[in-house]
Amino acid sequence: MKVKTQYYDDSVKGFITWSIIWGTVAVLVGILISLQLAWPQLNVAPYLTYGRLRPIHTNAGIFGWGIGSFIGLFFYITQRLTKTPLWSPGLARVTLWLFNIGIASAAVTLAMGINRTKEYAELEWPLAIVVAIIWVLFSINVFMTILKRKEEQMYISLWYIMAALVGVTVLYVVNNLGVPLHLFKSYSIFAGTNDANVQWWYGHNAVAMVLTVPPLALFYYFLPKVTGNPIYSHRMGIIAFWSLIFMYLWTGAHHLLWTPIPDWIQTLAMGFSIMLIAPSWGAVMNGYLTMNGQWEQMKSNYLVKFLICGITFYGLQTIQGPMQAVRTFSAFIHYTDWVPGHVHMGVLGWVSMIIFASMYYAITKIFDTEIYSVKLANIHFWLILIGQLIYSITMWIAGVQQGSMLLATNPDGTLHYSFMETMIAIFPYYKIRAISGFIYLGGLAAFIYNIYKTFQKGAASQAAKA
Amino acid sequence: MLEKNPVVFIILAFVVIMVGTTITMIAPFKWINGAGDKIAEVKPYTPLQQEGRDLYMREGCNNCHSQTVRTLASDVERYGYGGSYSKSGEFVYDRPHLWGSRRTGPDLAHIGLKYPDPKGAWHKKHMENPQSVVPASNMPSYAFLNKPLDTTYSERKMKLLSFPYTQADLDDLKGKTEMDAIIAYLRKLGTDIPVKKAEAAAQAPAALKNPFTDLQTVAKDAESLYMQNCASCHGDKREGNLGPSLKGSAKSEADLFKTVSQGIEANGMPAFGGTLDEQKIWKLVTLIKLGAK
Ligand code: HEC
Ligand code: HEC
Ligand code: HEM
Ligand code: HEM
Repeated sequence: MKVKTQYYDDSVKGFITWSIIWGTVAVLVGILISLQLAWPQLNVAPYLTYGRLRPIHTNAGIFGWGIGSFIGLFFYITQRLTKTPLWSPGLARVTLWLFNIGIASAAVTLAMGINRTKEYAELEWPLAIVVAIIWVLFSINVFMTILKRKEEQMYISLWYIMAALVGVTVLYVVNNLGVPLHLFKSYSIFAGTNDANVQWWYGHNAVAMVLTVPPLALFYYFLPKVTGNPIYSHRMGIIAFWSLIFMYLWTGAHHLLWTPIPDWIQTLAMGFSIMLIAPSWGAVMNGYLTMNGQWEQMKSNYLVKFLICGITFYGLQTIQGPMQAVRTFSAFIHYTDWVPGHVHMGVLGWVSMIIFASMYYAITKIFDTEIYSVKLANIHFWLILIGQLIYSITMWIAGVQQGSMLLATNPDGTLHYSFMETMIAIFPYYKIRAISGFIYLGGLAAFIYNIYKTFQKGAASQAAKA
Repeated sequence: MLEKNPVVFIILAFVVIMVGTTITMIAPFKWINGAGDKIAEVKPYTPLQQEGRDLYMREGCNNCHSQTVRTLASDVERYGYGGSYSKSGEFVYDRPHLWGSRRTGPDLAHIGLKYPDPKGAWHKKHMENPQSVVPASNMPSYAFLNKPLDTTYSERKMKLLSFPYTQADLDDLKGKTEMDAIIAYLRKLGTDIPVKKAEAAAQAPAALKNPFTDLQTVAKDAESLYMQNCASCHGDKREGNLGPSLKGSAKSEADLFKTVSQGIEANGMPAFGGTLDEQKIWKLVTLIKLGAK
């Protein structure tokens, strides 16, 4: 096949491989911290205490697994959509090296307690610079490929990709501004309430620009590829796109309801969060309608299951999220375990399901082969689905229970439950959550084995052809 | 055109992103931390407290503890400790903020008011082994903080953050451990703002008479008040831990009232006159006097 040989896919394979490795680290550390919450004796050494491990978990998840996969898969998609080989394979190789050095150093320094504490921007300044460089190198490569493209029309996935390139750069740089004390320590240039406002402008839009926009780019590309149906409405995709990236930036303060942040910012955040339902569901409906008349593929095509379940969880997330952004509901669930329930339906249901499907598809295409085992892929699907559902549902229950206990008062106005009583009540849920992590890990193992075997098979058939 | 011109597209996407950013993130710099937010009593951190704060960051305590008392009544009741909800002016020296997003453990914005003991005995015991004071706690043990504090950068930190300091402040760092520093930080949290305590302490002791004569009517309220406010020092079953056993007392009811209201702060018994009204304190006194021995 002539077309295939002109694409540069080594770095796609490289990023996919390494993002799977970092994703496995994220899940293993996730299981460890979920066990620590139930059994604090597991905090065995300073660098293995919960406070230091939790940021390793979130960074390995978002940066290692999320961003790593997106870089690899965006290299893949961009080349296909532009019908143009990657602008600079050399730069892509350098980016992969830097990426691995960056994530590994992140894990080591966070374990050492070198930590700026701002969520999802914990890395100290030298590493923050490395992360920025990785992102800029990747952006240049993708953008130059688009500039030099042979296909004039830019498909909607490319829009999402380009928005992420700009968005992440702006957000990451601003929230990391600081004054260095020495190589391993800096102080934020913002103070107190200002710092909090900047942080959650960043924090929520990390969700937008890393955990929403990139998986949407993948979804819009892979759903038509996998099903053979064109996307239902290009126009709907475009309207949803612009309103999504417009509205997201107003909503950061929904993480800060009832705090000293000025009320009008909180109110704007609440309003825009609710409006976000529209563009979010625009994408969901676009996905569903693309399946019109083809729903039997849910049974016959293992990849469709991942994609459609993924977009369904996105739909649930984007109803749940706006709900959490309403002041009265926030008063109830903010700070409780409800929020990890929301988060993991997003990262395990939505983001990871889409990535898994995209990887299965891209790997088989790159090697021009079939998946090693569809059966194993189905096992993978069910295990991660069940694991994720148990995780989210137990945490919602725990959150509602703790939330209502924390607010309960006696007739004389005193609080009915002490903090510890509310905590003892949720220990059983912590234990169930840890089990759900193991179930998910089982699914991940099936995925890794399947991919490994497909790699082997693909490499063998390529060698045979050559 | 947009579908064909990536450069124009990128610029437009940037502009769209910047609208909400400008209004909700950049514009507020004009008001937040301005003159209107200023609270005269709030002081910057001393070198020792700032070292403690940096250790708090190093250990990632913010992953389990928030530091903002929301304007909700239940938050003020649970975490205000006699103070009010958190105000912007309380945080102007915090770089970065440490408000956190989870309350796996309790809020610490005003924790200095809860444990006023100048020796920090409760904190030390708790940090070394949280389960020794709160058996079901899932907080990790931080006994490893009992090691000498590295003060190499202490002075430079003060300069970089433009906090005032004296030679005495720097001398104060000598011989301190990491544990001392983190406790100094915890003891400062929430204590700059004047609270109601002072008035309560000045109450005339003459009219002290317990309105409750039997335990039954108050038992439920008293138990939850006790678990909420006293158990961490006097034990879940009043058996005594850091503070003495409260299974009965030789003191008169009026004396018990005074002790609880005014505290014995020098020895680690906080004053509750600002946090608990008279009725509630009497309920606790009734529990101590008449509760199970
Ligand atoms: C795994 C989560 C976790 C981490 C990490 C953690 N804590 Fe805690 N902390 C708790 C819980 C749960 C409680 C309530 C039970 C108790 O008092 O031990 C608590 C209680 C406290 C209290 C007493 C609060 C009160 O109202 O009585 C203080 C003070 C405290 N922690 C400080 C710290 C500091 C300082 C660190 C970092 C060095 C830290 N904690 C790290 C979970 C945590
Ligand atoms: C931070 C720890 C701490 C907390 C919380 C605490 N106490 Fe105490 N309490 C002490 C200590 C320490 C002493 C001993 C003081 C001394 O020896 O002078 C004490 C002494 C007392 C005494 C005097 C006992 C006697 O027989 O002399 C009473 C009564 C008492 N506490 C009641 C309470 C009540 C009621 C509460 C809850 C509202 C409470 N304490 C909360 C630490 C605490
Ligand atoms: C199945 C395996 C996993 C388990 C058992 C797990 C467990 C946990 C636990 C225990 C926490 C702390 C919750 C708390 O604060 O109480 C957490 C937080 C978090 N995890 Fe996971 N996790 C898993 C997978 C992942 C993956 C793959 C990602 C990323 C893509 C991820 C992203 C996050 C994020 C962003 C948070 C922070 C949430 C917040 O601030 O509320 N997790 N996880
Ligand atoms: C319209 C869409 C969404 C809205 C309005 C929304 C809203 C919210 C709100 C209000 C919170 C704060 C909860 C609290 O602490 O009280 C939150 C937390 C979070 N959400 Fe969403 N959400 C949306 C979609 C998503 C999606 C798709 C993901 C993908 C994974 C996601 C990931 C997260 C994460 C990681 C956090 C935790 C942040 C932290 O506290 O560290 N959200 N969301």
